[in-house]
Amino acid sequence: MTSIFNKRNSIIFFVLLSLIFPAVVPNDYFLYLMTTAFIWVIAVSGLNILAGYTGYLSLAHAGFFAIGAYSLGLLTVKVEMNYWIAFVLTLGITSLSGLLVGLIALRTKEHFFAIYTLCVGYIIYLVIDKWEGLTGGVRGLIGIPTPANIGSLAFDSVHSQYYLVLFFMLLSLLIIYRIVHSLTGRTFIAIRNSEQLATTIGVSTMKNKLLAFVLSTFFAGMSGALYASVIRFIGPEIAYTSVMFDLLMYLLVGGIGTISGPIVGAIVIVWVSQQLQFLQEYRMLIFGPLLTLIIIFYPRGIVGAFISLKTRAQAKKRKVPIVNESLTPTQKQIEEG
Amino acid sequence: MLRLQDVSIKYGEFTAISNVNIEVKSGEIIVLLGANGAGKSTSFRAISGLSKPHQGDILFQGRSILKLSADKIVQAGIVQCSEGRNLFSAMSVQENLQMGAYIHRRKKQQIKQSMEHVYELFPILHEKRHDAAGSLSGGQQQMLAIGRALMSKPKLMMLDEPSVGLAPLIVEQMFAVIQQINQEGMTILLAEQNANAALKIASKGYVFESGSIVTEGTREQLLANDRIRKAYIGA
Repeated sequence: MTSIFNKRNSIIFFVLLSLIFPAVVPNDYFLYLMTTAFIWVIAVSGLNILAGYTGYLSLAHAGFFAIGAYSLGLLTVKVEMNYWIAFVLTLGITSLSGLLVGLIALRTKEHFFAIYTLCVGYIIYLVIDKWEGLTGGVRGLIGIPTPANIGSLAFDSVHSQYYLVLFFMLLSLLIIYRIVHSLTGRTFIAIRNSEQLATTIGVSTMKNKLLAFVLSTFFAGMSGALYASVIRFIGPEIAYTSVMFDLLMYLLVGGIGTISGPIVGAIVIVWVSQQLQFLQEYRMLIFGPLLTLIIIFYPRGIVGAFISLKTRAQAKKRKVPIVNESLTPTQKQIEEG
Repeated sequence: MLRLQDVSIKYGEFTAISNVNIEVKSGEIIVLLGANGAGKSTSFRAISGLSKPHQGDILFQGRSILKLSADKIVQAGIVQCSEGRNLFSAMSVQENLQMGAYIHRRKKQQIKQSMEHVYELFPILHEKRHDAAGSLSGGQQQMLAIGRALMSKPKLMMLDEPSVGLAPLIVEQMFAVIQQINQEGMTILLAEQNANAALKIASKGYVFESGSIVTEGTREQLLANDRIRKAYIGA
């Protein structure tokens, strides 16, 4: 009971912290940094549904992130559509492209799936980079509008955008939490556990894998759309493989297959890499070994390490009194004597 | 109820089973006997749709199930309780049972009833319902595997070596429960090496040797067969 209480308390604490964060930071730059970190949290949490819970490591998600960003950019800049209609359409477009890619990609498994999706991601990058007529090619897309007002709420300042992104992040996390703890989530975990076993108890694995894939691209698209309207300039490099490996790094460092992993990973790495900014390109010299060490010693990331430490401590606490109680009087005497 | 007609399966060039004919009537316990690698598990894989035969037909309630995918076969009413106590080890006992009822996931009331039934059959599972499946003992894991199979309310249940690696006393309990499940109306297809225990409850048996059926007969016929007694019962 106390553990639920603690969990709830810490969630409330962090939500409150994120709410008052703008009031305590010295300048807008930190706020902006946090906003981008939150955007990554959404994309990584989406990827986590597929890679963490279903066990299919997709390397195409930077591509879907870019599809989200470009869809929103093109719909608002070139079609001059209302922002929120464009936003909803963007989610539809990324999910639909996710469905089409997933239909083919999910016929492969394990490393073949990773390689196939890596290729898909690269193809998306190439299309964005080379289709100048539509995307503007290497010049990118500029002048993407900030999110349109909702009633009297305006989103043209750094503060308001922070809260908007925070809202979408919390909403995404809530949705993902609900999915993971539902039968659907457990079905995903069952597939990760053993796909064959899942089929022998009647799970249509293809349908469920496809659902996980589409869900994860949905969040990648949402993240991309928010990115485009906060940064307001996008270039083809956001679909590039290095972005994909950033996402993967956030997921692995934070803790794959946990709800809080993507949050911890994205925020910690965005901040740490910010602090190491003064080293410029040499910062990878610190980052690389650090990452390697984490992966070797904590394969389930920071959150995974934390969870195992906690369960170990709990087991210890529970074990000690039980052992003493179970001793028979004679044994106690022997011990005391 | 279930009929395999001249079923053959190849893994690449290797013929795993050839021309297997099995007939299971409603309400029976049928046992497939044979050593490791004789073709029992492969026959199960064929029935549950995991391996597709390159020849022959499999009829369930008069309908061919060859074209059905594995999950559709579960919906049709055949469930396999696989060898090696394949469980979702990170999930709790109760979650494993809920997963077993996946095809009935909309029928909350029915799931509750089947779960109570499983807990009645295996009270120890109720005691451990919140524990991770991976933390159970071998016998308990086997019980959970059977319980999970029951949750889908199958018409035919296939049990692949439920006695493997279990203490003799537990094996006896396991077979008693299997018999009880059968008396409640479930048709059971059993694969076993432990012929002694299996033939006590089965009405009919098939003996596999290197991929084909070499002998078949009722319990009495098999028990009277000297060769079978020497090879599988050791008496």
